[in-house]
Amino acid sequence: MLRQLLRRVTLVDIFMWIIGLLLIGMVFYGSVRTLVSGKYAPTEWVNLTVTGIALGGIYALIALGYTLVYGILRMINFAHSEVFMSGPFTAYFLADALDKVGYFDRYPILSLLLVMVLSMAVATTVAVLLERIAYRPLRTAPRLVPLITAIGASFFLQYTFRGLFGSGVKGYPETDWFKRKWCLPDTQACISTTQILVIVAAVLMMVALYAFVQWTKIGKAMRAVSEDKETAALMGIDVDRVIATTFAVGGALAGVAGVLYALMFRQVQFFMGFVPGIKAFTAAVLGGIGNIPGAMLGGLFLGIFEALGPNLFLDGLGIPAPYQLKDAIAYTMLVLILIFRPTGILGERLARKKA
Amino acid sequence: MSRKRIALLIGLLAVVVTVTAGQCGAPKAKFQCTDPIGCVDIKPGEPIHIAYMFVVTGPDESLGLDTKYGVEIAIDDKKEILGHPILLTGEDSQCNAEGGQAAAQKIAADPTVVAIVGTNCSSEARPAAPIITQAGMVMVSPSNTAPDLTDPAKHQAGYLRTAHNDKVQGAAMAKFAWEYLKVKRAATIHDGSLYADQLQQVFAEEFKKLGGTITAQEAVDPKDTDMRPVLTRIAATQPELIYYPIFIAAGGFITSQAREIPGLEKVYLASADGTFSPDFVKAAGSAALGMFHSSPDFGAFGAGYPEFLKKYEAKYGRKPLAPFHAHAYDAAMMIFAAIEKVAVQDPDGTLHIGRQALRDALFATKDFKGLTGNLTCTPTGDCADPKIAVYQMMNTDPAKWNPGSCDECNPKKIWP
Repeated sequence: MLRQLLRRVTLVDIFMWIIGLLLIGMVFYGSVRTLVSGKYAPTEWVNLTVTGIALGGIYALIALGYTLVYGILRMINFAHSEVFMSGPFTAYFLADALDKVGYFDRYPILSLLLVMVLSMAVATTVAVLLERIAYRPLRTAPRLVPLITAIGASFFLQYTFRGLFGSGVKGYPETDWFKRKWCLPDTQACISTTQILVIVAAVLMMVALYAFVQWTKIGKAMRAVSEDKETAALMGIDVDRVIATTFAVGGALAGVAGVLYALMFRQVQFFMGFVPGIKAFTAAVLGGIGNIPGAMLGGLFLGIFEALGPNLFLDGLGIPAPYQLKDAIAYTMLVLILIFRPTGILGERLARKKA
Repeated sequence: MSRKRIALLIGLLAVVVTVTAGQCGAPKAKFQCTDPIGCVDIKPGEPIHIAYMFVVTGPDESLGLDTKYGVEIAIDDKKEILGHPILLTGEDSQCNAEGGQAAAQKIAADPTVVAIVGTNCSSEARPAAPIITQAGMVMVSPSNTAPDLTDPAKHQAGYLRTAHNDKVQGAAMAKFAWEYLKVKRAATIHDGSLYADQLQQVFAEEFKKLGGTITAQEAVDPKDTDMRPVLTRIAATQPELIYYPIFIAAGGFITSQAREIPGLEKVYLASADGTFSPDFVKAAGSAALGMFHSSPDFGAFGAGYPEFLKKYEAKYGRKPLAPFHAHAYDAAMMIFAAIEKVAVQDPDGTLHIGRQALRDALFATKDFKGLTGNLTCTPTGDCADPKIAVYQMMNTDPAKWNPGSCDECNPKKIWP
């Protein structure tokens, strides 16, 4: 029994395991050294974790767009990062106008809701048009074809927005209410209104999505199409409509994520979708692409890891200016997870189902 | 053979005879290019082709547009060189090494280009300068400031600049922090670009020489958005000033997030000429209030500067967007003067410009009366007459951007 098992283990496997163990050992060693050195106060860890959760929530919302589309069409919608950009970039003009007349200061929640609705509307429209124009005519084409179209569409959208609104940086309005901090009594462990809003909105959207997919008729249809397109069509489900709905839902989530992102970081620009898009794609793969709770978990995990990682273990390893390496550690983690769990964190059930 | 053809033949013969006779009679022979790296020939009526390599799109477009405007005003003022109009074309160099390389390769492939004004960011110049030099051309940068580019060991033969060397700028900020703000502990952040890395290094060295302590030298990526982790690291070292001479996008994120970090509520924030733009105020928002920027001292510029500003505002309808418009104007004017010095003109108006001769003339620039001062070029291409001032942000409305030393000016010059 043992001998059989040993025979199945190849040299490559052993090599991978050694690399993995080395990396985990380094992470562990670095973290312990940092924590023992006491360089950072416990409240600082709390603050960083809160930032990480907020950022992770945004990643998760974008990742859901990738995962939903993948679950149904088995394709990576690389233009999703531009859907994410289109919403807040367009809504900036509304936000700016509201700010100029003083609305943002007087009714921050209402103004934010208006901005968010516009952002969702724009992102949804862009996503649905994208599906209709760039993907639907190619649905029967080989898999690589829509992938390349997606990249082309991504460039098209980026430069359309650049042409329409210019390439400079635009800053979202800020009000004191958004910047206000809520602290634990007698400590410096704080959370800002923006962070609360981001976390609450992200959780609400995720719950809403889950309910939508699980308990509505169209949600059921989505799950059916995801399992088997042809059979679903035979059962009387309008596959085209379901796919369009999927894109719309993904777009709406990206629209919300975009406004939250703009709220947290202020700057919007035509190229702003690229980095968060890649990160969210990583998060989707991390959680198991095609799996909805997986995307949420992956996003959260990546956000927290990015916020804590550099200070937690690179610091302890004595690397100078470790923050610059934060992307490197995020992607190293991705590689590690793919080595040990190629299906992602929650991907296994799905993988078996498809087999 | 028809009569028409015979007539044509005779006519042709006559032309050939006259031309040959004319040449025999004239004292000068036809122009022969003896320049070791070649000549540019400009036929009568053809323009003199100047190219630019500026970052005209993206978050740092203010830097590129500002310098482009400077060059355009120089062309308006000059109108023509030895009877030839001036043609300006350009490439977007994107403020990174890849963009600089691509722009330089495109320009180097065009043999009509006489000289180049550019680049904006030092990272662009590092790959661009060797390409331009190899192509036999010459470039004058209005805003590269990294010390590396004019370091004797690394200097490229076709590279000059009218911007200050950051050895001056970094030292000025260190002196300001030590003497004016009286801080003892400072931290720096760079973004891995040639400009930021070297400038913060100069600052750190000078600050230590004055007796101060550098508590941390951190780095971010130009595309980063969440700066809280790096700021938390810095807060742990308890600096009194954070110096981040980087670019607009990342600089904006650092500024707007710094105040949220416990321990950094009252720290002084300081940046440099790379973020000295109304676009930075847009990016950073109200958190930029009170922060410091080092920049060329506009008050110390030459007598022609106020008039230049009037032209700038009349032509583009806005106040200068970044600190290097006058340097760009000077760079263009220096090139025009050098062309006039070395160009050989045929009687029919054809111009011949020797490429090595043009380089030599530029490097020989001495006491050139520019907007930014009296420019004299060193053998490694530093031509600036550097005067650095520190400005403080008094107002965070990008529409009220008007740097100077007057009472209502914003940002306001406070040192020296």
